[in-house]
Amino acid sequence: MSSLSRDDVAKLAGLARIEMTEEELVSLSSQFGMILDAVARVQEVDLSGVKATSHPQPLENVARPDVVLPSLSPEDALSGAPAKEDSRFRVPQILGEAE
Amino acid sequence: MALPTYEEVIAKWDPVLGLEVHVELNTHSKMFCSCATEFGAEPNTQTCPVCLALPGALPVVNEKAIESTILIGLALNCKIAPYSRFARKNYFYPDMPKNFQISQYDEPICFDGYVDVEIETEEGPKQFRIEIERVHMEEDTGKSLHVGGATGRIHGADYSLLDYNRAGIPLVEIVTKIVPGTGKYAPEVAKAYVAELRDILRGLKVSDVKMEQGSLRCDANVSLKPIGSDVLGTRSETKNVNSLRSVERAIRGEMIRHAELLNEGKKVKQETRHFQEDTGLTRSGRSKEQAEDYRYFPDPDLVPVTPAAAWIEELRATLPERPSLRRKRIKEEWNVPDKEMEAMINADVLDIVETTVLLGADPTKARTWWLGEISRIANDQNVAVADLSITPAHVAELVALVAAGELTDKLARQVVEGVIAGEGKPSEVVAKRGIKVVNDDGALMAAIEKVCAEQAETAEKVRGGHLPAAGALIGAVMKETKGQADAARVRELLLGHLGQA
Repeated sequence: MSSLSRDDVAKLAGLARIEMTEEELVSLSSQFGMILDAVARVQEVDLSGVKATSHPQPLENVARPDVVLPSLSPEDALSGAPAKEDSRFRVPQILGEAE
Repeated sequence: MALPTYEEVIAKWDPVLGLEVHVELNTHSKMFCSCATEFGAEPNTQTCPVCLALPGALPVVNEKAIESTILIGLALNCKIAPYSRFARKNYFYPDMPKNFQISQYDEPICFDGYVDVEIETEEGPKQFRIEIERVHMEEDTGKSLHVGGATGRIHGADYSLLDYNRAGIPLVEIVTKIVPGTGKYAPEVAKAYVAELRDILRGLKVSDVKMEQGSLRCDANVSLKPIGSDVLGTRSETKNVNSLRSVERAIRGEMIRHAELLNEGKKVKQETRHFQEDTGLTRSGRSKEQAEDYRYFPDPDLVPVTPAAAWIEELRATLPERPSLRRKRIKEEWNVPDKEMEAMINADVLDIVETTVLLGADPTKARTWWLGEISRIANDQNVAVADLSITPAHVAELVALVAAGELTDKLARQVVEGVIAGEGKPSEVVAKRGIKVVNDDGALMAAIEKVCAEQAETAEKVRGGHLPAAGALIGAVMKETKGQADAARVRELLLGHLGQA
């Protein structure tokens, strides 16, 4: 059975910006193992001759002409923002003082 | 320990460069949505559900951006991938509302190219080949304004404000392979490379390439290895290099900084650094100690790009002559001095002058009109030379009229004014304004006699052999004849009149 360490899960959580308790980290590390095992069964199928794909439809070159269409008004654009200032989205401090 | 001098650095260390250049394309609309891309618009007036990453919004790629990127690849001698895809580069930062940037990862659209650049060295001009690793498509990020704190910098700011007008503007990243063997010329080679890229991109008309507005940005990777060693040193990546001169300064500065650390037995940290325009030094930015983990994967909302070979060849056939080669050719063909060549490039009149010459004008005359009188008027009116109503055909006609003796240079200037004022082509302005050269020696002599009588003292000086004094008299005669006389003929007649012929 695959397994993911508690630290692996902590790293994943960090990359996904999800805050987790110590308990969750531990319980998820065994659950991830089961999930990986379930997905790994795909590897048992003979895929020789099957091309890797990233899209369910066999489409190529879907593009649009370089034409400008109306944008949202700034009021509409900002209407869902938790905080705004001077027609801009206001976000909390990005980096602390340290260099 | 004092900072080593540049000479001390290159006596011991061999620099290795790597350059990443980001170019904003000048498409009308964004990369994956139809919002406008105009620079300097009011904040958040050019956004939509796609570039704001509202739920359910789907990107569709701009075909002009693909075309421009292929053109760039071809101009840089790259191979064009018959199949390439977009990938998501995942990271959290407020300038990317989706929390990922659409980019290309292991399947860039262009790869394996090169650019040759030439620099002046003590041993004469020297050529360096800069190999291109890849050219790929991605999207630009939004613009942050950091509020609070002492300096408006991100460090210590209380909060930040985001404008997403720039988010989603098509961005092309051009990445070199490592550039070894430039030695002491590393800073100049890097500068020449960015300058050459800028010229090529400008010639392709795919970008505004304004470094000061950020439509061309350079990240410089620098490392040092002991001379003769095969082992690469640790590199730093300097961002925020926003002028050609800064490219040179940033690399020189980093070489000195690395050498100081290495000379003291310390290690160079692999990190991102920010160039400071005012001091020419770099400052530590984001540390790359935690290896970045962008978890790239193919973007399921976009389908593969598979440009047809025939289309690629069609685009290849439209490539303009390479700017540096064209300049060299023009300089030789027209026999232009360095300074004048530079003036034409800076004034952005090379195309116009070349067209004028192709229409039959003498290259020196054509150049003088465009760089002189016409540039001056454009300056006064605060418009670009190309936006004035005078055309290469007009200037070619003007040059022909002067050569035929039907206009003096001075009269021709009046004609230029008339053409720019919308009075028609030169021959029409001549007819309407009744401009003609006074060829009548009798009329000229009358003017000369009048001027000599009015300025008897000066005339006496000339009569006494002091020829420089004649200038004032000739000027007065020209004024008297409203500039319609041929100055050389006036001089001849005047000196004859005063016994100095």
